[in-house]
Amino acid sequence: MKSIILSTVFAVAAGAALAASHSQTVRLGTEGAYPPFNFIDDNGQVSGFEREVGDELCARAELTCEWVTNDWDSIIPNLVSGNYDVIIAGMSITDERDQVIDFTQNYFPPASSAYVAMAPDVDLEGGVVAAQTATIQAGHVAETGATLVEFATPEETIAAVRNGEADAVFADKDYLKPFVEESNGELMFVGEDVQLGGGVGLGLRESDTELKEKLDAAITSMKEDGSLNELLKKWFGEDTATY
Amino acid sequence: MFEFCSDPKSLEGLRWFACYFTTGKHLLFYQSFLVVIALMLVTVPCALAMGFAGALAARSHVAPLRWIGKGYSALARGVPDIAFFLFVPLALDQGLEWLRHKTKCPDWDLPVRQGNDFVVCAQAKLPLSSAPQWQHELYGVSLAVIAFAFVFGAFAAFVLSGAMNAVPKAQLETGEAYGMTRRQITWRILIPQMWVYALPGLSNLWMILIKATPLLFILGVEDIVYWAREMGGTKTQAYDYPHGDWRLWYFLGLLVFYLSLTKVSEVFLARLSRRLSHGQATMAGEEMRRAA
Repeated sequence: MKSIILSTVFAVAAGAALAASHSQTVRLGTEGAYPPFNFIDDNGQVSGFEREVGDELCARAELTCEWVTNDWDSIIPNLVSGNYDVIIAGMSITDERDQVIDFTQNYFPPASSAYVAMAPDVDLEGGVVAAQTATIQAGHVAETGATLVEFATPEETIAAVRNGEADAVFADKDYLKPFVEESNGELMFVGEDVQLGGGVGLGLRESDTELKEKLDAAITSMKEDGSLNELLKKWFGEDTATY
Repeated sequence: MFEFCSDPKSLEGLRWFACYFTTGKHLLFYQSFLVVIALMLVTVPCALAMGFAGALAARSHVAPLRWIGKGYSALARGVPDIAFFLFVPLALDQGLEWLRHKTKCPDWDLPVRQGNDFVVCAQAKLPLSSAPQWQHELYGVSLAVIAFAFVFGAFAAFVLSGAMNAVPKAQLETGEAYGMTRRQITWRILIPQMWVYALPGLSNLWMILIKATPLLFILGVEDIVYWAREMGGTKTQAYDYPHGDWRLWYFLGLLVFYLSLTKVSEVFLARLSRRLSHGQATMAGEEMRRAA
Protein backbone atom coordinates (compact mmCIF):
# COMPACT_ATOMS: atom_id res chain seq x y z
CA MET A 1 0.00 0.00 0.00
CA LYS A 2 2.72 2.39 0.97
CA SER A 3 4.53 1.80 -2.29
CA ILE A 4 1.31 2.46 -4.19
CA ILE A 5 0.85 5.78 -2.42
CA LEU A 6 4.48 6.64 -2.96
CA SER A 7 4.41 5.78 -6.61
CA THR A 8 1.17 7.73 -7.06
CA VAL A 9 2.76 10.73 -5.45
CA PHE A 10 5.78 10.22 -7.64
CA ALA A 11 3.62 9.88 -10.74
CA VAL A 12 1.71 13.06 -9.92
CA ALA A 13 4.94 14.90 -9.27
CA ALA A 14 6.45 13.53 -12.45
CA GLY A 15 3.31 14.51 -14.34
CA ALA A 16 3.53 18.05 -13.01
CA ALA A 17 7.22 18.21 -13.89
CA LEU A 18 6.51 16.97 -17.39
CA ALA A 19 3.70 19.46 -17.87
CA ALA A 20 6.03 22.21 -16.75
CA SER A 21 8.70 21.27 -19.28
CA HIS A 22 6.06 21.26 -22.06
CA SER A 23 6.91 17.70 -22.94
CA GLN A 24 3.70 15.91 -23.64
CA THR A 25 2.69 12.32 -22.95
CA VAL A 26 0.91 10.89 -25.94
CA ARG A 27 -0.95 7.60 -25.67
CA LEU A 28 -0.76 5.48 -28.79
CA GLY A 29 -3.68 3.13 -29.29
CA THR A 30 -3.17 -0.02 -31.33
CA GLU A 31 -4.96 -3.29 -31.90
CA GLY A 32 -2.12 -5.68 -31.12
CA ALA A 33 -3.53 -8.45 -33.30
CA TYR A 34 -2.38 -7.53 -36.79
CA PRO A 35 1.08 -8.89 -37.54
CA PRO A 36 3.34 -7.71 -38.99
CA PHE A 37 1.82 -4.21 -38.49
CA ASN A 38 1.23 -4.56 -34.77
CA PHE A 39 1.02 -7.54 -32.45
CA ILE A 40 1.62 -8.57 -28.88
CA ASP A 41 4.93 -10.41 -28.87
CA ASP A 42 5.75 -13.34 -26.62
CA ASN A 43 6.89 -11.03 -23.85
CA GLY A 44 3.50 -9.39 -23.80
CA GLN A 45 4.80 -6.16 -25.39
CA VAL A 46 3.42 -4.37 -28.43
CA SER A 47 5.71 -5.18 -31.34
CA GLY A 48 5.80 -4.97 -35.13
CA PHE A 49 6.32 -2.41 -37.89
CA GLU A 50 4.11 0.20 -36.25
CA ARG A 51 5.82 -0.18 -32.89
CA GLU A 52 9.13 0.80 -34.48
CA VAL A 53 7.61 3.58 -36.57
CA GLY A 54 5.65 4.92 -33.60
CA ASP A 55 8.66 4.97 -31.28
CA GLU A 56 10.75 6.72 -33.92
CA LEU A 57 8.03 9.30 -34.64
CA CYS A 58 7.70 10.04 -30.94
CA ALA A 59 11.47 10.48 -30.63
CA ARG A 60 11.52 12.89 -33.57
CA ALA A 61 8.49 14.86 -32.39
CA GLU A 62 9.98 14.93 -28.86
CA LEU A 63 6.95 13.31 -27.30
CA THR A 64 6.78 10.76 -24.50
CA CYS A 65 4.74 7.90 -25.81
CA GLU A 66 2.83 5.15 -24.08
CA TRP A 67 1.41 2.11 -25.90
CA VAL A 68 -2.14 0.98 -25.27
CA THR A 69 -4.07 -1.87 -26.88
CA ASN A 70 -7.75 -1.65 -27.70
CA ASP A 71 -10.17 -3.82 -29.67
CA TRP A 72 -10.43 -2.87 -33.31
CA ASP A 73 -14.19 -2.59 -33.06
CA SER A 74 -14.14 0.27 -30.55
CA ILE A 75 -10.83 1.82 -31.53
CA ILE A 76 -12.37 5.01 -33.02
CA PRO A 77 -14.98 5.60 -30.27
CA ASN A 78 -12.29 5.27 -27.61
CA LEU A 79 -10.08 7.75 -29.45
CA VAL A 80 -12.77 10.42 -29.65
CA SER A 81 -13.74 9.91 -26.02
CA GLY A 82 -10.11 10.52 -25.07
CA ASN A 83 -8.83 7.15 -23.80
CA TYR A 84 -5.76 7.59 -26.00
CA ASP A 85 -4.57 10.26 -28.40
CA VAL A 86 -3.43 8.49 -31.57
CA ILE A 87 -4.58 5.41 -33.48
CA ILE A 88 -1.65 3.53 -34.96
CA ALA A 89 -3.22 0.27 -36.01
CA GLY A 90 -2.80 -0.30 -39.73
CA MET A 91 -5.80 1.93 -40.32
CA SER A 92 -6.31 2.89 -43.96
CA ILE A 93 -7.23 6.47 -44.72
CA THR A 94 -10.78 6.57 -46.07
CA ASP A 95 -13.36 9.32 -46.55
CA GLU A 96 -15.83 7.72 -44.15
CA ARG A 97 -13.31 7.61 -41.32
CA ASP A 98 -12.07 11.07 -42.18
CA GLN A 99 -15.50 12.45 -41.33
CA VAL A 100 -15.14 11.23 -37.76
CA ILE A 101 -11.41 11.55 -37.07
CA ASP A 102 -8.40 13.17 -38.72
CA PHE A 103 -5.52 11.40 -40.40
CA THR A 104 -1.89 12.35 -40.82
CA GLN A 105 -0.24 11.69 -44.16
CA ASN A 106 0.28 7.99 -44.76
CA TYR A 107 3.32 6.16 -43.40
CA PHE A 108 2.49 3.01 -45.34
CA PRO A 109 1.80 3.38 -49.08
CA PRO A 110 -1.61 2.41 -50.53
CA ALA A 111 -1.49 -1.38 -50.67
CA SER A 112 -3.44 -4.19 -52.24
CA SER A 113 -6.01 -6.32 -50.55
CA ALA A 114 -6.34 -9.94 -51.62
CA TYR A 115 -8.54 -13.01 -51.35
CA VAL A 116 -7.24 -16.20 -49.74
CA ALA A 117 -9.02 -19.54 -49.99
CA MET A 118 -8.36 -23.28 -49.63
CA ALA A 119 -9.14 -24.05 -53.29
CA PRO A 120 -8.35 -22.12 -56.48
CA ASP A 121 -11.91 -22.25 -57.87
CA VAL A 122 -14.01 -20.58 -55.14
CA ASP A 123 -16.79 -18.20 -56.14
CA LEU A 124 -15.72 -14.79 -54.89
CA GLU A 125 -18.83 -12.97 -56.13
CA GLY A 126 -21.50 -15.36 -54.88
CA GLY A 127 -19.81 -17.29 -52.09
CA VAL A 128 -19.24 -16.55 -48.42
CA VAL A 129 -16.33 -14.19 -47.77
CA ALA A 130 -14.90 -13.41 -44.33
CA ALA A 131 -13.51 -9.99 -43.37
CA GLN A 132 -12.76 -8.13 -40.18
CA THR A 133 -15.53 -5.87 -38.86
CA ALA A 134 -15.35 -2.19 -39.78
CA THR A 135 -12.49 -2.53 -42.27
CA ILE A 136 -12.37 -1.24 -45.82
CA GLN A 137 -12.21 -4.86 -46.92
CA ALA A 138 -15.54 -5.62 -45.24
CA GLY A 139 -17.03 -2.63 -47.04
CA HIS A 140 -15.67 -3.87 -50.34
CA VAL A 141 -17.00 -7.42 -49.90
CA ALA A 142 -20.45 -6.03 -49.13
CA GLU A 143 -20.38 -4.25 -52.49
CA THR A 144 -19.33 -7.28 -54.55
CA GLY A 145 -22.48 -9.25 -53.86
CA ALA A 146 -20.74 -12.00 -51.92
CA THR A 147 -22.15 -12.96 -48.52
CA LEU A 148 -20.07 -11.14 -45.93
CA VAL A 149 -19.29 -12.70 -42.57
CA GLU A 150 -17.54 -10.36 -40.16
CA PHE A 151 -15.19 -11.19 -37.29
CA ALA A 152 -13.81 -9.08 -34.47
CA THR A 153 -10.16 -10.01 -35.04
CA PRO A 154 -8.30 -10.58 -38.32
CA GLU A 155 -7.01 -13.95 -37.16
CA GLU A 156 -10.58 -15.26 -36.82
CA THR A 157 -11.27 -14.46 -40.48
CA ILE A 158 -8.52 -16.86 -41.55
CA ALA A 159 -9.66 -19.49 -39.04
CA ALA A 160 -13.14 -19.22 -40.61
CA VAL A 161 -11.71 -20.22 -44.00
CA ARG A 162 -9.73 -23.08 -42.46
CA ASN A 163 -12.74 -24.59 -40.74
CA GLY A 164 -15.06 -24.14 -43.70
CA GLU A 165 -17.24 -21.37 -42.30
CA ALA A 166 -16.27 -19.10 -45.18
CA ASP A 167 -15.12 -19.82 -48.74
CA ALA A 168 -12.50 -17.10 -48.74
CA VAL A 169 -11.08 -14.30 -46.63
CA PHE A 170 -10.49 -10.78 -47.93
CA ALA A 171 -7.83 -8.72 -46.14
CA ASP A 172 -4.65 -6.70 -46.54
CA LYS A 173 -2.26 -8.73 -48.66
CA ASP A 174 0.63 -7.96 -46.35
CA TYR A 175 -1.28 -9.43 -43.44
CA LEU A 176 -2.28 -12.57 -45.35
CA LYS A 177 1.10 -13.29 -46.91
CA PRO A 178 2.79 -15.00 -43.91
CA PHE A 179 -0.28 -17.15 -43.31
CA VAL A 180 -0.28 -18.34 -46.92
CA GLU A 181 3.46 -18.95 -46.97
CA GLU A 182 3.41 -20.97 -43.76
CA SER A 183 0.33 -23.06 -44.53
CA ASN A 184 2.21 -25.72 -46.61
CA GLY A 185 0.04 -25.07 -49.63
CA GLU A 186 -3.23 -25.36 -47.73
CA LEU A 187 -4.09 -21.68 -48.23
CA MET A 188 -3.61 -19.80 -51.52
CA PHE A 189 -4.25 -16.40 -53.01
CA VAL A 190 -7.19 -16.45 -55.41
CA GLY A 191 -8.69 -13.87 -57.78
CA GLU A 192 -7.31 -10.43 -58.51
CA ASP A 193 -5.73 -8.12 -55.97
CA VAL A 194 -7.79 -5.01 -55.24
CA GLN A 195 -6.40 -1.55 -54.49
CA LEU A 196 -8.25 -0.03 -51.55
CA GLY A 197 -7.81 3.04 -49.36
CA GLY A 198 -5.26 5.83 -49.36
CA GLY A 199 -2.51 4.12 -47.41
CA VAL A 200 -2.17 3.77 -43.67
CA GLY A 201 -2.07 6.92 -41.55
CA LEU A 202 -2.17 7.88 -37.90
CA GLY A 203 -5.68 8.63 -36.65
CA LEU A 204 -6.23 11.63 -34.38
CA ARG A 205 -9.11 13.53 -32.86
CA GLU A 206 -10.24 16.35 -35.16
CA SER A 207 -9.61 18.83 -32.36
CA ASP A 208 -5.97 17.76 -31.96
CA THR A 209 -4.49 19.88 -34.76
CA GLU A 210 -1.24 20.70 -33.00
CA LEU A 211 -0.34 17.05 -32.42
CA LYS A 212 -1.25 16.26 -36.00
CA GLU A 213 1.21 18.86 -37.30
CA LYS A 214 4.01 17.52 -35.11
CA LEU A 215 3.46 13.93 -36.23
CA ASP A 216 3.07 14.95 -39.87
CA ALA A 217 6.42 16.70 -39.71
CA ALA A 218 8.00 13.63 -38.11
CA ILE A 219 6.61 11.35 -40.84
CA THR A 220 7.92 13.72 -43.52
CA SER A 221 11.39 13.64 -41.98
CA MET A 222 11.32 9.83 -41.82
CA LYS A 223 10.31 9.67 -45.46
CA GLU A 224 13.03 12.10 -46.46
CA ASP A 225 15.97 10.38 -44.80
CA GLY A 226 14.91 6.90 -45.92
CA SER A 227 14.50 5.47 -42.42
CA LEU A 228 10.83 4.71 -43.10
CA ASN A 229 11.78 2.74 -46.21
CA GLU A 230 14.25 0.70 -44.18
CA LEU A 231 11.54 -0.26 -41.69
CA LEU A 232 9.13 -1.11 -44.52
CA LYS A 233 11.70 -3.45 -46.03
CA LYS A 234 12.54 -4.98 -42.68
CA TRP A 235 8.94 -5.91 -41.89
CA PHE A 236 7.36 -6.45 -45.31
CA GLY A 237 10.25 -7.79 -47.43
CA GLU A 238 12.61 -6.30 -49.98
CA ASP A 239 10.05 -5.95 -52.76
CA THR A 240 7.43 -4.04 -50.77
CA ALA A 241 6.21 -0.64 -51.99
CA THR A 242 8.34 2.18 -50.58
CA TYR A 243 8.43 5.98 -50.73
CA MET B 1 12.41 -18.15 -17.76
CA PHE B 2 14.60 -21.19 -18.40
CA GLU B 3 18.07 -20.81 -19.82
CA PHE B 4 17.44 -23.06 -22.80
CA CYS B 5 14.61 -20.75 -23.93
CA SER B 6 16.98 -18.18 -25.43
CA ASP B 7 16.52 -19.52 -28.98
CA PRO B 8 12.84 -20.53 -29.21
CA LYS B 9 12.87 -21.52 -32.90
CA SER B 10 15.35 -24.35 -32.32
CA LEU B 11 13.36 -25.97 -29.51
CA GLU B 12 11.35 -29.15 -29.80
CA GLY B 13 8.96 -31.28 -27.80
CA LEU B 14 8.71 -30.82 -24.06
CA ARG B 15 11.31 -28.09 -23.96
CA TRP B 16 9.32 -26.09 -26.51
CA PHE B 17 6.21 -26.38 -24.33
CA ALA B 18 8.14 -25.60 -21.16
CA CYS B 19 9.34 -22.37 -22.76
CA TYR B 20 6.03 -21.64 -24.45
CA PHE B 21 4.05 -21.82 -21.22
CA THR B 22 6.47 -19.55 -19.40
CA THR B 23 6.66 -16.66 -21.88
CA GLY B 24 5.98 -13.17 -20.60
CA LYS B 25 2.68 -13.30 -22.40
CA HIS B 26 1.62 -16.47 -20.61
CA LEU B 27 2.54 -14.94 -17.29
CA LEU B 28 0.17 -12.09 -18.13
CA PHE B 29 -2.44 -14.72 -18.95
CA TYR B 30 -2.00 -16.41 -15.56
CA GLN B 31 -2.11 -13.04 -13.88
CA SER B 32 -5.43 -12.29 -15.53
CA PHE B 33 -6.96 -15.26 -13.68
CA LEU B 34 -6.01 -13.57 -10.43
CA VAL B 35 -7.49 -10.31 -11.69
CA VAL B 36 -10.81 -12.05 -12.36
CA ILE B 37 -10.88 -13.67 -8.92
CA ALA B 38 -9.86 -10.42 -7.24
CA LEU B 39 -12.56 -8.58 -9.14
CA MET B 40 -15.21 -10.98 -7.84
CA LEU B 41 -13.96 -10.75 -4.29
CA VAL B 42 -14.05 -6.95 -4.42
CA THR B 43 -17.39 -6.83 -6.20
CA VAL B 44 -19.22 -9.05 -3.72
CA PRO B 45 -19.01 -6.78 -0.66
CA CYS B 46 -19.78 -3.74 -2.83
CA ALA B 47 -22.80 -5.42 -4.42
CA LEU B 48 -23.99 -6.68 -1.04
CA ALA B 49 -23.67 -3.21 0.44
CA MET B 50 -25.60 -1.71 -2.49
CA GLY B 51 -28.20 -4.46 -2.18
CA PHE B 52 -28.52 -4.01 1.56
CA ALA B 53 -28.98 -0.27 1.21
CA GLY B 54 -31.46 -0.84 -1.63
CA ALA B 55 -33.48 -3.36 0.38
CA LEU B 56 -33.61 -1.15 3.46
CA ALA B 57 -34.56 1.84 1.31
CA ALA B 58 -37.34 -0.15 -0.36
CA ARG B 59 -38.80 -0.97 3.10
CA SER B 60 -38.40 2.57 4.38
CA HIS B 61 -41.34 4.56 5.71
CA VAL B 62 -39.96 7.69 4.08
CA ALA B 63 -41.60 7.81 0.66
CA PRO B 64 -38.77 9.28 -1.46
CA LEU B 65 -36.30 6.75 -0.04
CA ARG B 66 -38.73 3.96 -0.82
CA TRP B 67 -39.09 5.22 -4.40
CA ILE B 68 -35.34 5.30 -4.86
CA GLY B 69 -34.96 1.77 -3.46
CA LYS B 70 -37.74 0.33 -5.60
CA GLY B 71 -36.78 2.32 -8.68
CA TYR B 72 -33.17 1.21 -8.46
CA SER B 73 -33.97 -2.46 -8.34
CA ALA B 74 -36.63 -2.19 -11.05
CA LEU B 75 -34.27 -0.26 -13.33
CA ALA B 76 -31.23 -2.51 -13.00
CA ARG B 77 -33.28 -5.68 -13.17
CA GLY B 78 -35.19 -4.56 -16.25
CA VAL B 79 -32.31 -3.38 -18.43
CA PRO B 80 -29.97 -5.93 -20.07
CA ASP B 81 -26.69 -6.30 -18.18
CA ILE B 82 -24.66 -5.64 -21.26
CA ALA B 83 -26.36 -2.30 -21.88
CA PHE B 84 -25.45 -1.30 -18.33
CA PHE B 85 -21.90 -2.49 -18.73
CA LEU B 86 -21.48 -0.34 -21.77
CA PHE B 87 -23.26 2.63 -20.25
CA VAL B 88 -22.14 2.87 -16.61
CA PRO B 89 -18.33 2.99 -17.10
CA LEU B 90 -18.57 5.39 -20.04
CA ALA B 91 -21.02 7.71 -18.31
CA LEU B 92 -19.02 7.59 -15.09
CA ASP B 93 -15.71 8.26 -16.84
CA GLN B 94 -17.00 11.20 -18.84
CA GLY B 95 -19.01 12.51 -15.89
CA LEU B 96 -15.97 12.48 -13.58
CA GLU B 97 -13.76 14.05 -16.21
CA TRP B 98 -16.35 16.74 -16.83
CA LEU B 99 -16.56 17.55 -13.10
CA ARG B 100 -12.78 17.71 -12.79
CA HIS B 101 -12.67 19.84 -15.91
CA LYS B 102 -15.14 22.32 -14.39
CA THR B 103 -13.17 22.65 -11.16
CA LYS B 104 -9.59 22.45 -12.45
CA CYS B 105 -9.86 24.46 -15.65
CA PRO B 106 -12.40 27.23 -15.08
CA ASP B 107 -10.79 29.43 -17.76
CA TRP B 108 -11.22 26.89 -20.53
CA ASP B 109 -13.43 28.56 -23.14
CA LEU B 110 -13.79 25.74 -25.68
CA PRO B 111 -16.79 23.41 -25.50
CA VAL B 112 -16.26 19.95 -23.99
CA ARG B 113 -17.99 18.32 -26.91
CA GLN B 114 -16.46 19.31 -30.21
CA GLY B 115 -18.30 17.39 -32.89
CA ASN B 116 -17.52 13.76 -32.11
CA ASP B 117 -14.74 14.56 -29.71
CA PHE B 118 -14.99 14.64 -25.94
CA VAL B 119 -12.29 17.09 -24.96
CA VAL B 120 -11.34 18.10 -21.43
CA CYS B 121 -8.20 19.92 -20.38
CA ALA B 122 -5.10 17.80 -19.78
CA GLN B 123 -5.23 18.23 -15.98
CA ALA B 124 -8.78 16.89 -15.87
CA LYS B 125 -8.00 13.62 -17.59
CA LEU B 126 -8.68 10.60 -15.44
CA PRO B 127 -6.14 9.12 -15.00
CA LEU B 128 -3.71 11.73 -16.32
CA SER B 129 -2.26 10.93 -19.75
CA SER B 130 1.16 10.88 -18.14
CA ALA B 131 0.13 8.29 -15.54
CA PRO B 132 1.76 4.87 -15.96
CA GLN B 133 -0.21 2.20 -17.73
CA TRP B 134 -1.04 0.21 -14.58
CA GLN B 135 -3.00 3.17 -13.23
CA HIS B 136 -5.07 3.25 -16.38
CA GLU B 137 -5.72 -0.45 -16.03
CA LEU B 138 -6.62 -0.14 -12.37
CA TYR B 139 -8.98 2.69 -13.25
CA GLY B 140 -10.63 0.52 -15.92
CA VAL B 141 -11.06 -2.35 -13.48
CA SER B 142 -12.49 -0.01 -10.83
CA LEU B 143 -15.09 1.27 -13.28
CA ALA B 144 -15.93 -2.35 -14.05
CA VAL B 145 -16.33 -3.12 -10.32
CA ILE B 146 -18.73 -0.19 -9.99
CA ALA B 147 -20.75 -1.39 -12.99
CA PHE B 148 -20.87 -4.93 -11.59
CA ALA B 149 -21.78 -3.70 -8.11
CA PHE B 150 -24.54 -1.52 -9.53
CA VAL B 151 -26.17 -4.32 -11.51
CA PHE B 152 -25.66 -7.12 -9.01
CA GLY B 153 -26.57 -4.82 -6.12
CA ALA B 154 -30.04 -4.46 -7.63
CA PHE B 155 -30.52 -8.21 -7.75
CA ALA B 156 -29.14 -8.52 -4.23
CA ALA B 157 -31.58 -5.82 -3.08
CA PHE B 158 -34.43 -7.87 -4.42
CA VAL B 159 -33.20 -11.06 -2.79
CA LEU B 160 -32.60 -9.33 0.53
CA SER B 161 -35.98 -7.61 0.62
CA GLY B 162 -37.58 -10.96 -0.15
CA ALA B 163 -35.62 -12.48 2.71
CA MET B 164 -36.68 -9.67 5.05
CA ASN B 165 -40.31 -10.37 4.19
CA ALA B 166 -39.78 -14.07 4.83
CA VAL B 167 -38.79 -13.58 8.47
CA PRO B 168 -41.91 -14.66 10.43
CA LYS B 169 -44.09 -11.66 11.27
CA ALA B 170 -44.72 -13.08 14.74
CA GLN B 171 -41.08 -12.56 15.64
CA LEU B 172 -41.23 -8.88 14.74
CA GLU B 173 -44.51 -8.43 16.57
CA THR B 174 -43.05 -10.03 19.66
CA GLY B 175 -40.26 -7.51 19.52
CA GLU B 176 -42.82 -4.74 19.30
CA ALA B 177 -44.69 -6.18 22.28
CA TYR B 178 -41.50 -5.92 24.29
CA GLY B 179 -41.41 -2.23 23.49
CA MET B 180 -38.54 -2.27 20.98
CA THR B 181 -38.35 0.59 18.51
CA ARG B 182 -38.60 -0.04 14.73
CA ARG B 183 -34.87 0.43 14.42
CA GLN B 184 -34.14 -2.09 17.16
CA ILE B 185 -36.51 -4.62 15.58
CA THR B 186 -34.80 -4.21 12.23
CA TRP B 187 -31.26 -4.56 13.52
CA ARG B 188 -31.75 -7.07 16.33
CA ILE B 189 -34.48 -9.37 15.01
CA LEU B 190 -35.01 -8.91 11.30
CA ILE B 191 -31.47 -8.71 9.94
CA PRO B 192 -29.85 -11.51 11.96
CA GLN B 193 -32.60 -13.88 10.90
CA MET B 194 -32.97 -12.93 7.24
CA TRP B 195 -29.60 -14.32 6.06
CA VAL B 196 -30.75 -17.90 6.03
CA TYR B 197 -33.63 -16.94 3.75
CA ALA B 198 -31.37 -14.82 1.58
CA LEU B 199 -28.63 -17.39 1.15
CA PRO B 200 -30.14 -19.49 -1.68
CA GLY B 201 -30.82 -16.35 -3.70
CA LEU B 202 -27.43 -14.84 -2.91
CA SER B 203 -25.54 -18.00 -3.78
CA ASN B 204 -27.37 -18.05 -7.07
CA LEU B 205 -26.23 -14.46 -7.63
CA TRP B 206 -22.65 -15.40 -6.82
CA MET B 207 -22.80 -18.12 -9.46
CA ILE B 208 -24.17 -15.66 -12.00
CA LEU B 209 -21.47 -13.18 -11.05
CA ILE B 210 -18.78 -15.79 -11.68
CA LYS B 211 -20.23 -16.47 -15.07
CA ALA B 212 -20.63 -12.77 -15.85
CA THR B 213 -16.95 -11.94 -15.39
CA PRO B 214 -16.15 -12.42 -19.09
CA LEU B 215 -18.14 -9.21 -19.59
CA LEU B 216 -14.90 -7.54 -18.46
CA PHE B 217 -13.67 -8.29 -21.92
CA ILE B 218 -16.35 -6.00 -23.35
CA LEU B 219 -15.15 -3.21 -21.11
CA GLY B 220 -11.68 -3.52 -22.62
CA VAL B 221 -10.09 -5.06 -19.53
CA GLU B 222 -7.59 -7.66 -20.68
CA ASP B 223 -9.17 -10.58 -18.88
CA ILE B 224 -8.82 -14.33 -19.36
CA VAL B 225 -11.13 -14.38 -22.37
CA TYR B 226 -9.07 -11.72 -24.12
CA TRP B 227 -5.83 -13.60 -23.50
CA ALA B 228 -7.29 -16.98 -24.43
CA ARG B 229 -8.46 -15.65 -27.77
CA GLU B 230 -5.24 -13.75 -28.37
CA MET B 231 -2.98 -16.69 -27.55
CA GLY B 232 -5.11 -19.40 -29.10
CA GLY B 233 -5.09 -17.76 -32.52
CA THR B 234 -2.76 -19.00 -35.25
CA LYS B 235 0.72 -17.60 -34.74
CA THR B 236 2.97 -17.01 -37.75
CA GLN B 237 6.75 -16.84 -37.78
CA ALA B 238 6.50 -13.22 -36.67
CA TYR B 239 6.12 -14.68 -33.18
CA ASP B 240 8.75 -16.61 -31.26
CA TYR B 241 6.48 -19.61 -30.79
CA PRO B 242 4.50 -20.14 -33.99
CA HIS B 243 1.60 -22.58 -33.78
CA GLY B 244 -1.76 -23.36 -35.39
CA ASP B 245 -5.25 -22.51 -34.24
CA TRP B 246 -5.29 -23.52 -30.57
CA ARG B 247 -8.31 -21.52 -29.47
CA LEU B 248 -10.20 -24.73 -28.72
CA TRP B 249 -7.62 -25.73 -26.10
CA TYR B 250 -7.43 -22.33 -24.52
CA PHE B 251 -11.19 -22.03 -24.27
CA LEU B 252 -11.32 -25.56 -22.87
CA GLY B 253 -8.94 -24.35 -20.18
CA LEU B 254 -11.34 -21.50 -19.36
CA LEU B 255 -14.20 -23.99 -19.18
CA VAL B 256 -12.31 -26.08 -16.65
CA PHE B 257 -11.42 -22.95 -14.67
CA TYR B 258 -15.01 -21.74 -14.46
CA LEU B 259 -16.35 -25.21 -13.65
CA SER B 260 -13.91 -25.70 -10.80
CA LEU B 261 -14.65 -22.21 -9.50
CA THR B 262 -18.39 -22.88 -9.40
CA LYS B 263 -17.84 -26.32 -7.88
CA VAL B 264 -15.71 -24.94 -5.05
CA SER B 265 -18.31 -22.24 -4.47
CA GLU B 266 -21.10 -24.80 -4.29
CA VAL B 267 -19.32 -26.81 -1.63
CA PHE B 268 -18.52 -23.69 0.37
CA LEU B 269 -22.07 -22.30 0.11
CA ALA B 270 -23.61 -25.61 1.16
CA ARG B 271 -21.50 -25.51 4.34
CA LEU B 272 -22.43 -21.92 5.00
CA SER B 273 -26.10 -22.75 4.59
CA ARG B 274 -25.84 -25.55 7.20
CA ARG B 275 -24.19 -23.20 9.64
CA LEU B 276 -26.76 -20.46 9.18
CA SER B 277 -29.69 -22.88 9.50
CA HIS B 278 -28.51 -23.97 12.91
CA GLY B 279 -31.07 -22.99 15.53
CA GLN B 280 -33.35 -21.24 13.04
CA ALA B 281 -37.13 -21.61 12.91
CA THR B 282 -36.96 -22.99 9.38
CA MET B 283 -37.43 -26.49 8.01
CA ALA B 284 -33.70 -27.03 7.66
CA GLY B 285 -33.14 -25.75 11.19
CA GLU B 286 -35.90 -27.95 12.54
CA GLU B 287 -34.43 -31.00 10.84
CA MET B 288 -31.03 -30.29 12.35
CA ARG B 289 -32.62 -29.96 15.79
CA ARG B 290 -34.34 -33.35 15.44
CA ALA B 291 -31.21 -35.04 14.17
CA ALA B 292 -29.16 -33.75 17.09
